[in-house]
Amino acid sequence: MPDRSTLLRVEHLRKVYESANGDVEAIGDISFTMHAGELVCIVGPSGCGKTTLLKCLAGLLRPTDGLVEMDGSPVTGPSPAMAVVFQEYGRSLYPWLTVRGNVELPLRHKKLTRAEREKLVTDALEAVGLAHAGRSHPWQLSGGMQQRVAIARAIAYQPEVMIMDEPFAAVDAQTRADLEDLVRELHVTRNMSIVFVTHDIDESVYLGERVLVLSKSPTWVQEDLAIDLPSERDQITTRALPRFTELRTHVYDQIQRAKRGETVAAPPGR
Amino acid sequence: MTTQTSSITTTRRGGGAGGRILASFLYALGLPFLLLVVWAVAATRSTNRFFPEPLTIFDAFTETWIGPAFVEDVLPSLYRLGLGIGASIVIGVALGTVIGLLQWLRELLEPLLEFFRAIPPPVLIPVVMLLLGITDTMKVVVIISGAVWPILLNTIEGVRATDSVMTETARSFQVTWWERLRFLVLPAASPRIMAGVRQGLSVALILMVISEMFASSSGLGYRIAYFQRNYQVAEMWSGVLLLGLVGVFLALVFGLVERRVLRWYHGLREVSRA
Repeated sequence: MPDRSTLLRVEHLRKVYESANGDVEAIGDISFTMHAGELVCIVGPSGCGKTTLLKCLAGLLRPTDGLVEMDGSPVTGPSPAMAVVFQEYGRSLYPWLTVRGNVELPLRHKKLTRAEREKLVTDALEAVGLAHAGRSHPWQLSGGMQQRVAIARAIAYQPEVMIMDEPFAAVDAQTRADLEDLVRELHVTRNMSIVFVTHDIDESVYLGERVLVLSKSPTWVQEDLAIDLPSERDQITTRALPRFTELRTHVYDQIQRAKRGETVAAPPGR
Repeated sequence: MTTQTSSITTTRRGGGAGGRILASFLYALGLPFLLLVVWAVAATRSTNRFFPEPLTIFDAFTETWIGPAFVEDVLPSLYRLGLGIGASIVIGVALGTVIGLLQWLRELLEPLLEFFRAIPPPVLIPVVMLLLGITDTMKVVVIISGAVWPILLNTIEGVRATDSVMTETARSFQVTWWERLRFLVLPAASPRIMAGVRQGLSVALILMVISEMFASSSGLGYRIAYFQRNYQVAEMWSGVLLLGLVGVFLALVFGLVERRVLRWYHGLREVSRA
């Protein structure tokens, strides 16, 4: 059983974008906590401020109100405890660096010996199945492989939590299934804590141990749903389970309600 | 039917491989050769002494430039040119990076930069001559005053246009300021920087010649003007030929450097086109 101490605490988070044409309240009031070793998926209707929430978590955006706490201390900027995997891998990897160079870049300012750094890079590339591609450039790889490089970069950084922003939205369905299994594998074998933002309901249920369903903007947490599927998951059997169908139907229903602006419904019966 | 078509295509391709090399060779050298012939014919028939035959010019070329003149005139010119280009690149890239990174500075300087760029650099020669005298420094300063602009402005543009997701990535991984400069900002701007350098090179060559024609006791520009004043027509033409060769040499070196520096860029473009 993984350590269940509180890792990430979000309290009454609110974000208002100020603009000349009036303020836009992207996030209304979001509160949740995440334990170490958890895989939490965040879904919501499109335009509900998922990316805003994620940037606030990662310290890339300053919330208007409220608090993000990591290990008990407030997050005020980017922190070594977090690594972000962005949706646009093509713009997040540097084309002038090799795959190894990309994975290594964030480690340069960490106080590591060259050998330690090399080892972390090699290990991370092996973990995503790209041990052979270290000397290639990202643009020589397929989209799915490029996103693997971005994941390897996050792994090598050794964060306490990996934050993923719709990472598989731009790859084809089969690649996507492989990458989902990779995320599950990293979570199970390396006990990584992962926040996974997605707009794909099936994906959220398949991956998560918990699914946070967000309302439409201004956003709050409409439901915090525990996914009681076995932790060994695979694309065929897990997705064929009646419980999987039940859960995905429930989340789907919640999101439809969220779009219509209705509030809470009862959690799914057993 | 299909087999037939494909076999025909293959034969055609096989014949083309050797032919293509010959063809590109002919394309590259055909027109210069033709022009030489036209020139030679025209020169033999003409009585105008200002248009000597190509062979006379070639003779003058070997006599004039291979020997002490190389050390006295060609090397000083190349030295000033190299110094001017090197300084232009350093100043242009360094200033351009700073200005490109700081929005307020950019907004403050932009109108001024546009004005300075619009001044034709040769008119600065009399001014710089007054300030610095007839020295090597003056000539190098003149070269810089013209060649720095395309490099500076392109660097500003390239640095400013650094991709927002790439910047955010660097921020989220807490990449330090120097690493960001070395691994993000400069490489991201390098295609624009190289475009600026390419323009700067030709400006630098022009200014090298002009500054030497104005006031000098050595150098290619000086020598050509000297030959012209003394009616050494074939020698004058040979100087023009040498200048052309220097230009071609510069472009060649630049091409080699560019291919190294921007290998990723050309690869990326090829992939995204496919």
